[in-house]
This record gives sequence, structure tokens and C-alpha cells, in this order.
Amino acid sequence: MSTIEERRADTGTVYERVQAGPEFADLRRRLRRFVFPMSAAFLVWYLAYVLLASYAPEFMATKVAGNINVGIVVGLLQFVSTFAITTVYVRFANRHIDPAAERIRQQIEGPAR
Amino acid sequence: MSPGPVTAQEQLGSVGLNIGIFAAFVLVTLVFVYRASRSNRTASDYYAAGRSFTGTQNGIAISGDYLSAASFLGIAGAIAVNGYDGFLYSIGFLVAWLVALLLVAELLRNTGKFTMGDVLSFRMRRRPVRAAAATSTLVVSFFYLLAQMAGAGGLIALLLQIPNSNRLGQSIVIGVVGILMIVYVLVGGMKGTTYVQIIKAGLLLVGAAVMTAWVLGKYGLNFSSLLGAAVEASPEGEALLAPGLQYTNKLDLISLGLALVLGTAGLPHILMRFYTVPTAKEARSSVVWAIWLIGIFYLFTLVLGYGAAALVGPEAIAAAPGGVNSAAPLLAFQLGGELLLGLISAIAFATILAVVAGLTITASASFAHDVYANIIKKGDARPQDEVRVARTTALVVGVVAVIGGILVNGINVAFLVALAFAVAASANLPTLLYSLFWRRFNTMGALFSIYGGLASCVLLIVFSPVVSGPKSVILPNGGVDFFPLENPGIVSIPLSFLLGIVGTFVGRRERFDTERIAEMEVRSLTGAGSEKAASH
Repeated sequence: MSTIEERRADTGTVYERVQAGPEFADLRRRLRRFVFPMSAAFLVWYLAYVLLASYAPEFMATKVAGNINVGIVVGLLQFVSTFAITTVYVRFANRHIDPAAERIRQQIEGPAR
Repeated sequence: MSPGPVTAQEQLGSVGLNIGIFAAFVLVTLVFVYRASRSNRTASDYYAAGRSFTGTQNGIAISGDYLSAASFLGIAGAIAVNGYDGFLYSIGFLVAWLVALLLVAELLRNTGKFTMGDVLSFRMRRRPVRAAAATSTLVVSFFYLLAQMAGAGGLIALLLQIPNSNRLGQSIVIGVVGILMIVYVLVGGMKGTTYVQIIKAGLLLVGAAVMTAWVLGKYGLNFSSLLGAAVEASPEGEALLAPGLQYTNKLDLISLGLALVLGTAGLPHILMRFYTVPTAKEARSSVVWAIWLIGIFYLFTLVLGYGAAALVGPEAIAAAPGGVNSAAPLLAFQLGGELLLGLISAIAFATILAVVAGLTITASASFAHDVYANIIKKGDARPQDEVRVARTTALVVGVVAVIGGILVNGINVAFLVALAFAVAASANLPTLLYSLFWRRFNTMGALFSIYGGLASCVLLIVFSPVVSGPKSVILPNGGVDFFPLENPGIVSIPLSFLLGIVGTFVGRRERFDTERIAEMEVRSLTGAGSEKAASH
């Protein structure tokens, strides 16, 4: 594999050369290492919530404080986790994705006018 | 002084006031639409507003596009009558945005131009995948549009006091909604439509916030006592606070949850909005704004729903013309009398108008850009011809929507929204994700996944209890309800993901275009070579 990648780095289009380069590979790895596990996490958390609602309605009806029950609390926690993941992702992307993406883009398109 | 409890027969608010406030909204939006029309020159202007909106503007417009009448009136009403299950629905609608944020929005903005077909055809055989993408876009848009127009009929019954027996009167109002929407789209293009959505989102959020504060104020800012009052007023009692009143079939609830959470990032009118901003970073910021606004709005509807249960009462809501959908307007009347009812009614109308305008421009873009310019003209269409075709299509879509809306008026077609989400999750999302993240994915995989997801979804609905079950409104006890669930998502979504893999294997001898694959991958992550903002 590596020999093909090296050959492509000499002869292919600018996109193929960038794709084969270490900087792009690093950017792609960093992005995927963040978004894939994060997506899996929120989907599992959401499915767990739906499963609780469909198979354990009595548990969801357990009172926590006053008339507020477990179902309302877990539902509101879905809001909290959604807002939290959004904030964490923006911070991650600003810090670890944008600078590298911008550098590579400038290599390809030339510096911004 | 707040007015006494309303009954179904009582005159609700003043029709003149309702129409007056709505006319003011139309007038203001028409001014914006007219101003927008002056910079409508190129295809990029018409479809993508010259990519000139900021992330903030686009985020507000996205929430305007997304918070349909089904969200505002439907969810508040569902919570008022069925309690917790309505809240559950809204959570699916919100969490779904994380799929768009993490996996779709930025990469889509970098690779595409106007439509989903642009992304798929980047490195695949163009004509077949564009045809497939256009087919699923048009199907989703049509279902969604029909649901909105049918909802307009029900709203009219409530807000303009045109009774259900007056079919002609209701049909005329549906026609007026259709004409206004066509004017917005034809004159203003994407820029005009976006302004309509921004104004509507602002009104909707402010209106909902005022009512929320009012309701909470009545209960000493104590959410728990509000819940207590709702339980007391409801015949369901304590059950109102726990899941299980609306969705009795456990698998159906899971199926619906899957369709909701995976459907949003495949809705064509939402995907198209990501092209109205200049960069991927602005696309990200759009989604962030949308998540905050939509999330806060659904928190409002939680209070409004239980507030309507407590202050109006589920029985009065169910008996009102418009049924469950009337919970929020009735609550407005209870709180602030005629004036607040007029405002909320006008906002509800504006909501329908803005959402159908967004759907119409999406459907017309997909037909003109994917079918006409790239399939019929093989990519050689002159841009002005393409825009001309788009405008004609918008006109046709508008007329079809009005006729469809009149035909289904009075029938409860709420299931069409759930179906649109199920089709978007089955036919669009798997293909989008595979083409953005999986190098080996090919034309055959895309075709298998789109057509397989679409066909399985529609077939399962046709043979579901929705169409011919005992409680169906279409063919009651028709006897062809072989599939036990109302929502097909739990079968069709995994099937479509699987078909994408099978199809890719079947088509493995297709040419592996390393150049285009490299270009797409680099471009999707860095934005190099992506469509830039118009410079005027």
C-alpha cells in the first residue's frame, strides 16, 4: 500500500498528493476520532432513553421532587447533553480542525486574497 | 382580567384581528422579499442566496424552517392531551441535530453546490445517482408539503372560524396560502424565503417565550406545581406525567424514535440551507444556533403543553375545532384574550407559510438542478434556463400542493410528517454518510440504498395499520395491514444501511476513480475548491 501512496504523491493531482500527505491524514484521523465515538455515544444515550420510556414507564413515573419524576429529569438531561456536546464540538473544531484545514486549503488554493 | 374558560361553541377571538395581524406579517415579509429580488441574478442567488448569509442568520432561518406547525401546535397539543409522549417526540427532533452537526453539515457544505445530488454525484456515475437523489428529495418534500397544507386547513377552521362544513371557504384560504408561498419563492428566491423564515422564527420564539413566562408566572415560577395542576385537570391523572398514553406499542415507539433522530439530517430542505452560507465554519455555526434555538423552543413547548392541560383542560382542547392542534391557541386566549390569540394565530399561519415556501424552493431546485440541468441537459444547461425551469417547477409544486391540500383537508395526515422523516432517514442519510466517509462506496451502493430505503418505507406504510388498520382514516378495516407498526423506521433504516453495503459489493467492478475520490475527501475536510460566496 505505502508504495502506491508514495508513487501517487509524486505524480497524481494536487488533491491526491495532499490526500497522501501526513498532514491531511492527521486532520482526518483527529476529526474521525472525535465525531465517530461522540455520535455513537449520543445515539446510545438517546436509544437508552427511548427504551426506558417504552419498557420501563413505571420507573420513569417515579417521583423525584414534588411532581417532577425520573422521566422529566432524564428527558431534560437529553437537552443538557445535546447542548453540552454542541459546545464541546465547537471548541474542539475551532482548536484542532480549523487551523489544519485552513493550512491545507491554502496549500491547494494559494493564500487567501 | 382573563376571560373565562372557553367552550367549543363559543366565539374564539376576533376574526378581524386575526386576519389583521396576519396581513401585517405578510406585508412586512413581502417588503423583504421584494428587496431580496433585486439581487436575484444567478443560479447561486436563486438557490443559495449567493451563499451570503452568516451562520447566525442561517441558524435562525433553519429553526424557522424546522419548527413547523407540527412542532409548535402539534407538540404543545400532544403534551396537553397525551402528556409525556409529546415531550418524547420533541426530544427526538432536537437530538437529531447532533447528526447534522457532527457528521453532515460542514462536509456537505464543502462538497456540494445546491442539492444532495451534488454530493452524491461528485465521484459516482452522475446521471443515475442524481435521478435517485431527485426522486427521494421530491418524495420527501411532497409528503411534508402535503402534511403542512392539510394542517393549514385544520388551523383555518380554528382561527378564521370557517367551520369544517364550509369546504369552499376553507379551500379558498388554502389557495391563498399557496399563492402567497409561490410569490415568496418566485420573487424572492432563496434569499427572500430565508428572510421570511428569519422573521417567522423570531416571532415564534418571542411569542412562545412570552406565553411560557406567563404560564410559569401563574404558578409562582414553580414547574412542579404546574405539573400538579395539569394532573388535576386531566382525566388521565398521574399518567399524564409518564410515558405510554399515546404510544402503546413499544416497538412502534422505538421505530419512531429512530426515524426522528436519523431523519433530520436527511431532510432535503434542511440540507439545502447549508449552502446559503459562505464556508463550512459558518455552516457549523448555523447548526449551533439552530440547536440552541430549537432546544429552547422545545423547553417552552413543554411548559405550554402542560400549561394548556392545566389552564384549558384536555377535554376542552379535544372538543375544539382543530382538536389537539388548538391547545396553544386556546392557551393564548385563556392568558391574554383576543390580542394574544390573534398574535399566536398569525404566528401559526406564518409558520405554515414559511415551511411550505422552504419545501417548494427545495423541490424546485432538485428538479431544475438535478433532473433538468444535469440529467436532461447533461450538465450543459445555461444557468438562466436552469433558473427559469426552477421557477416554473416552483409554480407547479405550489399548484400541486394547493390541490393536494384541498383534497386531504380534514383528514388527519399527521402520519405524513413521521413518514417524511422515515423516508429521509432511510433513503437519504445512509447514502450521504457512506459517500462522505467510505471511500469504497460506489454508484450501485447508492442506488441500492436510496431506492431500497424509499421503496421499503413506502411499502411498509401502505401495508401498515395507518392505511388500513381499524383506526385508519384512509381505509378503515381495509384488511391489508400486514405490517404491525405505524412507523417503518426500525426495518427500513437498517435495511437501507445494509443495502448500501450489498450494492457496493455488487458494483465492485465499477471504475474506482481515485482522482475524484481524493478530491472529494480533501475538499470535504478542508473546503479547498468549494463553492465560494457570490461577490456582489
